[in-house]
This record gives sequence, C-alpha cells and structure tokens, in this order.
Amino acid sequence: MTTSFWDLQNADVVVFMGSNAAENHPISFKWFLRAKQKGAKVIVVDPRYTRTASKADWWVPFRSGSDIAVLGGLINYAITHNKFHHEYVVKYTNAGLLVNPNFTFDEGIFSGWDPEAKKYNTSTWGFQTDENGLPKEDPTLQDPHSVFQHIKRIYGEYTPEKVSEISGIPVEDFVKLAEYVTSTGQAGKSAVFAYAMGWTQHTKGVQNIRCSTILQMLLGNIGVPGGGIAALRGHANVQGATDLAVLYHDLPGYLGQPNEAHKSLQDFLDKTTAKSSYWVNKPKFFTSLLKAWWGDHATKENEFGFHYIPKMAGGETYSHYDIFQSILDGKVKGLLNFGQNPAVGSANARKVQAALAQLDWMVFADLFMNETGEFWKLDGVDPATIQTEVIMLPAAGPLEKEGSFTNSHRLLQWKHKAIEPLGESRSDGWLIHEIGKRVQKLYASSAAKKDEPIKYLVWDYDNPEHPNDFDHIKVLKEMNGFDVATGKPLSSFAQMKDDGSTAGGCWIYTGVYPEEGVNKADARKRAAPNRPEGWTEAKTDGSADYLHKGYGFAWPANRRVLYNRASADPQGKSWGKVPLVWWDEAQAKWVGVDVPDMLPVAPDKVHALGVRGDSPFIMKPWGLGGIFGALADGPLPVHYEPKESPIANPLYKQQNIPTLRTYGSKFDKFGTVDEFPYVATTYRLTEHQTSGAMTRTLPFLAEAFNKYFVELNRELAKEKDIKNGDWVEVESARGKVTAQAMVTSRMKPLKVGGKTTHVVGLPIHWSPLSGHVHGDITNTLTPQAVDVNVQIQETKAFLVNIRKANGKG
Amino acid sequence: MWESWKPDPSNKQQQVAMLVDTSECIGCKACEVACKQWNENEVRINQEPGTYQSHPSLDSQTWTIIKFIEQPEAEGMGQWLMQKHNCMHCTEAGCVTACPTDALQYGDYGVVTLDQDSCIGCGYCEPACPFDAIHVDKSTFNQSAQKAGKCTLCFDRISNAMQPACVKTCPTDCIKYGDRDQLIAWAYERVEQLKAMGYKNATVYGDKELGGLHELYVLLEGPETYDLPVEPKLSKRLTFWKYGLQPIGKALLGTAIFGMIINWVAARRTFKGGLHPHEAEAGSTMHD
Repeated sequence: MTTSFWDLQNADVVVFMGSNAAENHPISFKWFLRAKQKGAKVIVVDPRYTRTASKADWWVPFRSGSDIAVLGGLINYAITHNKFHHEYVVKYTNAGLLVNPNFTFDEGIFSGWDPEAKKYNTSTWGFQTDENGLPKEDPTLQDPHSVFQHIKRIYGEYTPEKVSEISGIPVEDFVKLAEYVTSTGQAGKSAVFAYAMGWTQHTKGVQNIRCSTILQMLLGNIGVPGGGIAALRGHANVQGATDLAVLYHDLPGYLGQPNEAHKSLQDFLDKTTAKSSYWVNKPKFFTSLLKAWWGDHATKENEFGFHYIPKMAGGETYSHYDIFQSILDGKVKGLLNFGQNPAVGSANARKVQAALAQLDWMVFADLFMNETGEFWKLDGVDPATIQTEVIMLPAAGPLEKEGSFTNSHRLLQWKHKAIEPLGESRSDGWLIHEIGKRVQKLYASSAAKKDEPIKYLVWDYDNPEHPNDFDHIKVLKEMNGFDVATGKPLSSFAQMKDDGSTAGGCWIYTGVYPEEGVNKADARKRAAPNRPEGWTEAKTDGSADYLHKGYGFAWPANRRVLYNRASADPQGKSWGKVPLVWWDEAQAKWVGVDVPDMLPVAPDKVHALGVRGDSPFIMKPWGLGGIFGALADGPLPVHYEPKESPIANPLYKQQNIPTLRTYGSKFDKFGTVDEFPYVATTYRLTEHQTSGAMTRTLPFLAEAFNKYFVELNRELAKEKDIKNGDWVEVESARGKVTAQAMVTSRMKPLKVGGKTTHVVGLPIHWSPLSGHVHGDITNTLTPQAVDVNVQIQETKAFLVNIRKANGKG
Repeated sequence: MWESWKPDPSNKQQQVAMLVDTSECIGCKACEVACKQWNENEVRINQEPGTYQSHPSLDSQTWTIIKFIEQPEAEGMGQWLMQKHNCMHCTEAGCVTACPTDALQYGDYGVVTLDQDSCIGCGYCEPACPFDAIHVDKSTFNQSAQKAGKCTLCFDRISNAMQPACVKTCPTDCIKYGDRDQLIAWAYERVEQLKAMGYKNATVYGDKELGGLHELYVLLEGPETYDLPVEPKLSKRLTFWKYGLQPIGKALLGTAIFGMIINWVAARRTFKGGLHPHEAEAGSTMHD
C-alpha cells in the first residue's frame, strides 16, 4: 500500500471496497478504527454486509463486478461538480499532458486494437512531446487532447443513473456516496481506499485498482496524511513474495523479466528503463542483482550473466493457471508444490485436480497432508489410473523458523524461531537450499555452456552452527546489497553501481541491513504513546513520531508513506492537517516526520533527471502521477462486464474486457444467465486461512467456524423456499456443491439492468479430506477466466443457480 | 496506559475489571481461541447452521464466546452486533449464593473464583446465574467438565501481573483490563463520544448491576437487545437459602456432629470404665 497503517488515523473518509479488513486483516483494522474514533466517516461498498460493515457508518450494497462503473461514476461526479483538488491535479499529475492526437476510444475499444491477435498496439497511447523531448501540456486542462479532457469525456457517460443501472446502487445512495468521497477533493482533507481480493480477482483486476488511483489523484489523496490506497495483501508475506518476484513476469525489486526479444543486457536496459524519473537508475539495480546471483561469474565480459536468466518466449505467460494448463497439455511433467493446496484453493478446482493426475511426479511440502498431496483420494478419482509419484516433505510451521515478513505497509519485520521444528520437518528455505545444492552437485562436472547458470549460481547459505537450518542473515545481507570488493553492506540503494562493483538481490530492500550485525527488520523501537489507550496520535506540529520509524524497516529507505512530497504544496509547505514532509528553507533540504520521498531539489528547481521540485511522483515520467497510463488492457479503466454476467454491458457494445483470456480445456466451461441466474462471489472468513488445510486442522479454529455455508438474502430464500440451515445445491457451468443456507438480511436484492438481481456468497475454506471439519470445495464452481496483466482469475463474480437439496441434512 | 497495568499485590481489595467496547469488537473470536488455549479447555464443535456464532451458548469448557446479533432493518443498513460474553464476576453473585460447598467464592480483586476440587457438580449455580455464564456438563467423560466451569478472569494470570488471555490477544484492543473505577470513567466518556457519532442508544452496562460487575460493557443498543438482563436481581429465596437457611442448617449439622462427638467421648469413657479388662484390651487393639 502507498500509505502506512499508522497513518490511517488521519483519514477523513475511509472506503472499504473489495476489502473486508475486519475479517481478513483484523490486526490492521484497529488503525481504521482509530480513524473512526477521530471522526472519519467509514463506508463499506460490498455485496455483503460483512463484519467490516458492522463497524462502519454506512454500508452500500452493490453487484460484484461493477467496481469500475462505481469508481468511474465517482470520477465523473468529482469533475462535473468541480470537487477535485485542482492545484494537485495540475501540478502533480499528468492530467494536463497532451495525448497523441490519434488516440481514440469507441464502444469500449481503445485505438490500436488488433482483433486477430487479441492485443493492443499501444503506439497511439503516448504523450505529445516538444523538440526537447519534454511533454506538451496545458495547465488550463482545456485542450481536447489533454488527459483531463479525455477522462472528462469517457467518464462523462458514468452518470449516477448509469452507475445505478449497472451496480444496483440506488441513484440517491450513489450521490450520497459521491458527496462523502469528493468532500476530500481539497487541501487538508483525505480519503483512503482499502482494497484486497475483492478488487483483484476479476478479469479487469488491475484496471479496478487503476481506476481508484485516478480517483484518488483527482481528489489529491495520494501521498498525503490519511490518504492513499491501502492494498491489503492476502497473506502475511505476500508483499515480500511480490517484492522478491515470486512471479513469472518480474525480477526482484520490480525490475521486469527479460524476454526473447532482448538480445543483450544493454538492449534490455535501453528498452525497459523509463526516462525522466528515478528509474533511470535501473541499470545500477539490475547489474547489482546479477552480481548477487552469479558473483565472480558475473563479469563485464559476459554482460554480468544476463544470458543466464531464462527469457520469456514472445506472448507466452507462465502464471499459476498456465502451469496447470501446461500439465494438462503434457508439457510440464513435475511439480514442486510448497505450502499451497491448489486442488482446493485454485479456481476451477476440478481442472486442477485432473491436472495433478497427469504429473509424473510431485514434491509436496506442507505442515499437514491435504487434498493436493492426496488428490487421488478425492471423489470421482480412480487411484488405479494414476501414475503420479508424490514425495512428501514435512515442512516447519511459522513458529519453527526464522526469517522476515513483509506486510501490507511494506514493513519488514524479523521473526525469531520459537521452537525447533518437530521430528524431521525443516523450513521451506532449508528444503529449497538443499534441493539447490544437490542440483548444483549434479551439474558440477558439466562443461556445457547451458549448465553455467546452475553451476555458477551463488548458493552458499549453509549454516555451520545449525546444519538443519540455513544462514538467514547471509540471505538478508545479499538482498540488502554489499560492496563486492570489501563485502561491506550498503546503507542505501543510491550507492549501487552498474559496473559490477556492488551486488544486491533486491534494491528496494537496501538499508534493512546497513552495516554488519545491524538488522533493521528486527528493530523494535516504538514511539511513546500519547493516548491513554496506549497508541501514538499524529500531532499538528509534527512532534509525534506516530509512524514509528524505529520499528522494523519499510521499503524503500524506511519510508512510511510513498510519494509523501505530495503532502506539501508546490512551494513545499505542508497542506495537510498534520505535516508529513516539507521543504526546510534554512537547511535547503526536504525534512519531515517521514523520510521525504523526493529528489534533493528545491521546489522551484528542476532536477538533472528532468523531475521538477514540485513534482512528487519521482518513479513516474517527469514526476507526474499517472492518471493516464498504458497497461496491456488499456490506458484508462472502463467498465466491462465479468466473463459470466447477468446483463449486457449497458455502456458499450464490447461486453467483456477485450483482452480477457480463458484456457479452452474441456474443463473450461462457461454459463449464461438463462441457466445460471444468480451472481456468486467467494470470500474468506476470519476463522480460517485459504483452503482451510492449516486451520480446520487446529481444533480451536475448527470449532470457531465449522459449518460450510452459502449466504443468500431473504427474498431469494423465500422465492426458493429455502430456510436458514437448509441444505442447498449451488451449481455453475463447472460443477456443483452442497452447502447449508445462511439466510440473512446482510445481503440485499439489487436492481440491475432494470431487473432484480441476487448475489450469493460462498467461503472458500472447506474441503472433504483435510482437517477436523469438512465441506465441499467452493472452487469447484469458479472459472479460470483471467486478466491479461497478471493472469488473475475471476473468482469474485460468476454465475450460479441455487436450489433446495433433497435428501441431505 | 492499560497495556502495562497490573493490580497492586499488597491491596487485594482493589477492584479490577474487564471492559468490552462492543463498538470496536469485530467478532474475530481470537478471544475465544486464546481462552481455550490458556485454560486448556476441550473443543466443542457445536455451531448451529446459519450463523457466524461459534457455539449456541457458553458451556463448561467454553468460557467465552462472541454473540452475533443480527438486527435487520427494512431499509438501508441494519445492525450486526457482536458481544463478547462470559462470567460477569458480579459483586452479588448468584452462583456464589447458590453454591452449597463454597466452591464459588468472592476472591481477591473482585474476581468470583471457582475451586473445582470443592465443586460437587450439583449444578445449583447454573439457574442461579442471571447471565447463563456458568455451566456443568454431565454428558462427558471428562471429570473436570462434569464440574462447574466459567471464566476465571484469568486469575492465575492477573495475580501474576499478566493481562487476561483474551485481553492480550484482542486485535482491536476492544477488550480492556484495568482498575475498575478508571474503566468505568472511560466507558462513560466513550458512550458520550459514540452518541455524538450517532449511536443514540449507546450505554454502559455493569456499573451498578448486581452491586457492580467486573465485566463492563460499552453497548451500542440497550442491554435487552443483547439478551442481557436489564435490572438483574438475585432471587430473595436463594439469598435466604444461602444466608438464612444454610447457616442454620450448618449450625444444626454442627450441633449434631458436636453431639455425636460428645456422645462418642462419653461412651468411650463409660465403656472404658465399665468393661472387663480383656474386653478393653481387644478394644485398644482395634484402635491401634
């Protein structure tokens, strides 16, 4: 997230949309409650009245999958009612920049669409530049080619009436929502949007979030106290996994993954290094990464080992769902499955289960046996037909291993081992280190050039003192970065070089281990509390260290609020109700309560990189916030219906996002509204974790919530003669589950596209084999329809039918 | 302030309390889990269908639960109330009054203590509790569960300068623990704050009820909405039984025992004096 949990207390408006923080991020939720205590309006926009909604001022039910319609409507409201932060928009964002005159948008399609290749050519999505390469801009925002006029035109169609028709939010409620949200479109006021899987798990998941960034920038709510976009991550260390690029399309520190078209290191860096922003330093970060990985074998002569990195084939993707499709297709023969239960947790679970049976072998590392490790025991599977060899590795639990967590607010926190792992179980890190060592041994005598990446990989994390563990601090130091000649840790990524003299595995983490023996992730210095309940409140004079800078380490550079330069006006004076950072004339530098996020340049000067001192978004071209920004599925988010939708898109002829992807196996079936009239959404509960294999196994959590259920509103229940607790069948084009009905007024019928639409909800935590309590697998119902940017699946909006089950219960 | 609070070990009369600010309870049930774990209580998988509530009520092994109360409204947002429920540690406690063996007593710091060794599992305490917070389970093979069970206010922890397990684990800090008077003052302030925020029916519960409870609440609605007794009273008959009849009974029992002892001593003397020597020898052998 752009902000810090500790800063949420400063918000005037808190909007939960796509997030159910009280249930899924309970530790974070107290900071949202602090905001409410201090007078913030808390609004929940969600198809369900959740435990988060129970603590909010107002619940706004809407149809799952219509988020962009609602957010686009808010953008339109802010513009048409002149309720945006004008100075912020003109000075800090690219709203005034002029877009290529050939850029068009018509009936849901942007210019450059190639229907054959199902791909956009983005050549018309650039900005107009002058002879010096600087962007042409119109600070009056009136030029018809300006970004502002484009969004004014596109979102002009998102009237309250249209939003209501798509989302099911009554017009007067939407206007009330818009009034609350846009009340923060001025200096000194802020709103924070909290989202999680409710926004991401859609075929336009990335665009959902893009849409909120546009709105927040219009309102001047990014980088200011109490503002920002709170991306609440799905697990304790998902942020860390993302930072370290446990992803197919990226390398640690968001450096991007080379593909086959990149012929050399120079070619890759030339093509992917953004100009006029702090990213011009990318070659230094990238070279240091290569040095960290291949050490002495990364030399200037071999382009620092650039060719050791596997390259993506043109147009290919390698996501979670690609892996299982490739197993089904017979392309992938073996699987190393660490700490996940895709037979239950992945969309279209039956397809995943069928894929597992096609494997030659699977290494399965987990705390407990689960449906993935024992897929042959699932219903409808004949073990005699399966040849897969499964190798079980007993993994250590969270309290049995050392290491760091990076949580949602980018904070690295060190965790010490509480007890030794039971029996022969080992930490995942040890298992991977050991596998790596043995693979290296197999290749040790090879003279083949293709084996060099394995042979030469730096892989020396042995822990002589604890042979059953690896050397965590050595890994931390490598991530942090060090001077190659002296081995001295780097204290800042500004010290990184592109000549091979520095190494560093993840440049954004530099500073977490600034000198030998100092682990800042383990720092535990809290600010003194100034409230009787024991917490630290922000002060208007900037005297309280309410961001707890001595506690843990937040990347980058221990900065708690990203883009915090925006908390000061163009002249460098704080314009928030509490100060974050400001320009100190006497010292001629940026100072503040937080670590300033700005190049060392006076507000009225221009930095050598081309970033002006009054442009806070230093990671973006010219330091301007990206209201207009190219992604693979469009430069601006617009409303498309989910792959399975109850209505035709009321806005455009284009029904779904044009770049939508499905896999086409015999398991990938999709339904229509005639057969499956109800919208379904899936979610998690406080009491359980993902597939439930870790939590239904613990007796105290099994009893805390033991019944698998489907939530539905009273009207639908009446129509279907379903009573609270009745067994019902829920069916989609992909399968069927049986669950007990939870009939509730916490869900409401919605008027969508002129007709009554019902949304039903199912939690994903139950499965038939693992744990003390059992239930059907919700993901039997969900589709593998994915977005093009990150291949995330649409498990938050799909179609089902529901009927009373006979003969069960 | 409250995180590090501990009672004064030299002043056992000091009144401690727990306070639940229900306006900030998110129903996460971490308190339920912490309670079971610290007290090493048995798991009871008995959730009813169609609700988020984990157990229909407290039981001899389940000492705290969060009650989920759904209040639908015809239009707009209803309320979904969450209330942590456990023993209230009353100043005038029905269970203490009903207990025939004094297994239940008024302990230090205002905590109602339960000595399981003295408990005979008679179950008199169950109906005597106006909060349905103490239970005896006859249907189990677990001997400790056949006796009464209830929240101890983590007496073992608080008498060792630690917070109760549920307080320590609460992620929103909505369960507070500290000096009772201070918590009450804070609760009234909080209620004013909530009223200003639009929660017109917000109220404090536990200040005056039954001589003052040691489990206090900031409630968003009146106590009846939470199924809490509005003006709980101990039955006069129960009080009379405990403090009127029982002392008489005990006195009578004591008199009877005293009489028997006198009788035995007198008889012993009588028989010792009047018996033949060989009979007396046999008698003393028996007593060796």
